[in-house]
Amino acid sequence: MSSTTNSPTHHTSTIGAIGAPSRRNTELALLVFAVAIPVFAYANVGLAISDEVPAGLLSYGLGLALLAGVAHLAVRKFAPYADPLLLPLATLLNGLGLVVIWRLDQSKLLQSLRGFSPAAPRQLLYTALAIAVFAVVLIFLKDHRVLQRYTYISMFGALVLLILPLVPGLGANIYGAKIWIRIPGLGSLQPGEFAKIVLAVFFAGYLMVKRDALALASRRFMGLYLPRGRDLGPILVVWAISILILVFETDLGTSLLFFGMFVIMLYVATERTSWIVFGLLMSAVGAVGVASFEPHIQTRVQAWLNPMREYELSRQITHDGILHSDQLQQSLWAFGSGGTLGTGWGQGHSDLIKFAANSDFVLATFGEELGLAGVMAILLIYGLIVERGVRTALAARDPFGKLLAVGLSGAFALQVFVVAGGVMGLIPLTGMTMPFLASGGSSVLANWALIAILIRISDTARRPAPTPAANPDAEMTQVVRPS
Amino acid sequence: MSELTLTVMRLGFLAVLWLFVIVAVQVIRSDLFGTRVTQRGSRREAARPQQPGRQQARQQQAAPPQQRGQQGGGGRRGRNAPSKLVVTEGTLTGTTVALQGQTITLGRAHDSTIVLDDDYASSRHARIYPDRDGQWIVEDLGSTNGTYLDRSRLTTPTPIPLGAPIRIGKTAIELRK
Repeated sequence: MSSTTNSPTHHTSTIGAIGAPSRRNTELALLVFAVAIPVFAYANVGLAISDEVPAGLLSYGLGLALLAGVAHLAVRKFAPYADPLLLPLATLLNGLGLVVIWRLDQSKLLQSLRGFSPAAPRQLLYTALAIAVFAVVLIFLKDHRVLQRYTYISMFGALVLLILPLVPGLGANIYGAKIWIRIPGLGSLQPGEFAKIVLAVFFAGYLMVKRDALALASRRFMGLYLPRGRDLGPILVVWAISILILVFETDLGTSLLFFGMFVIMLYVATERTSWIVFGLLMSAVGAVGVASFEPHIQTRVQAWLNPMREYELSRQITHDGILHSDQLQQSLWAFGSGGTLGTGWGQGHSDLIKFAANSDFVLATFGEELGLAGVMAILLIYGLIVERGVRTALAARDPFGKLLAVGLSGAFALQVFVVAGGVMGLIPLTGMTMPFLASGGSSVLANWALIAILIRISDTARRPAPTPAANPDAEMTQVVRPS
Repeated sequence: MSELTLTVMRLGFLAVLWLFVIVAVQVIRSDLFGTRVTQRGSRREAARPQQPGRQQARQQQAAPPQQRGQQGGGGRRGRNAPSKLVVTEGTLTGTTVALQGQTITLGRAHDSTIVLDDDYASSRHARIYPDRDGQWIVEDLGSTNGTYLDRSRLTTPTPIPLGAPIRIGKTAIELRK
């Protein structure tokens, strides 16, 4: 071989970037798989509960397959080089969410509760709407860099969305947390879910411009880069706003998501670990400070530290005016009785959680019926979505796209952490929902829009570079000529 | 429904769920397409089809400079292959850089291989790299004042003949044996 003439220091091979295959067929195959798993689960629930394959199996399976097919065709047409995993992973989670919501609809205990109405048909409708939103985002957002133009409009939009639940007459206080708005005739909406996307756009646009000032002007002290006092401005403002959210909306989740997303994006934009240290310190100080005087947060913290006492209090008639809830203890029991392999679909008693069993506490049902093995798989699937988001950020060529992809996947990861940590008793419970799994229109709509934006960025990032225009002189001068 | 069937379904479901996760991870593995390594010498063998090579050549031209900056690609040394790069005019006169298959960047940016202290140079002015056949190519990186090979201003990546001066501002550079 001729390469043997090379000295050891010589490279004997050429490393070149190659064009990505579009991977659309891989995506299709995975999608078929992702639709088949929920259908299996659905049949399993029916067989376990009523000894027969549920009557709606065919229509449900076809419905989910149709939605997945529409989403796939939209990706194939409008984002042909997109990441092949994001869509199947989201579809699987959404499908499993539908199954578990339907399974809880079958519970006699929940049916006997006041105000019960089957949530699964509603959720299927929202899923259909969400897929429509997904397609619309892919069709109309031709290039994610367009969003950069709306940096400051996004800031106002996000602030409005975050403040909306506090507007009298519009906001609704549901069990202490004011994170809902009620639109007469349309139902209620959780604006925080949409705010996370809009905020990611703002943070990405802002940090892209300011990153150099925030990264370079710093002194080194004990291995940390200390930013100048005036550069602390942005993080202080975001911190103050997240504290205000905590105080006025009494929701730890939104506050944590909002601040955490900023810190993640700040870290990625500036590569300074000191921001993470500052962020953690500030959020700890803020959370402890607010918890010391805000009664609703105190209740949540108490319920978190001592769920069993809360459970006992909920069985008694108390006169302290606080709504005691046995939800967390029931959720912990659900996880515990699931064990390693679970009780099997439809055979658990997670319906004892009663209120919010199919929304905030949806993971507990997985914990009981699929066990540790199932919950780990679910968390891994979330992890894979986040991984694909971060991978997209790595591959993206423009700084805005990088930051936006990191922000969106960071927000997604934080949300999963906050909710899963809440129902497992790791952190105080918040009023957020598990993306895709939980029953709730805003959540499913916002998260499909989020996936659509990630798919758009990944399509731009993975699209092979266009072939250069033919140069009339190229014949003479160009040596890097196709051989 | 019998206990046995339900147990089988329960375990079966978990198995299928994990199978999905594993397949997804496999897709990630097969998705690491970032770079392709072409072994020299085997290129003309029938094992590697012609098309990828062609695509790669196009890619090399099309990829943005920072991506290409990392490509190695040392050439086979023929009898007339240059072995060093010499600065013949300008403030750096006399500087030589051994050619070992690496890409040489020229510019005022402090991370360039040859940091030009020249008011007419751009921060990332030009780069010199070997192509797959070991031929050295100079390419202007969109500089303000242009890069000249002898007298002609470069518009495309151009092979450098031995001894021809590459002019950047007040600096001139030659390839020598």
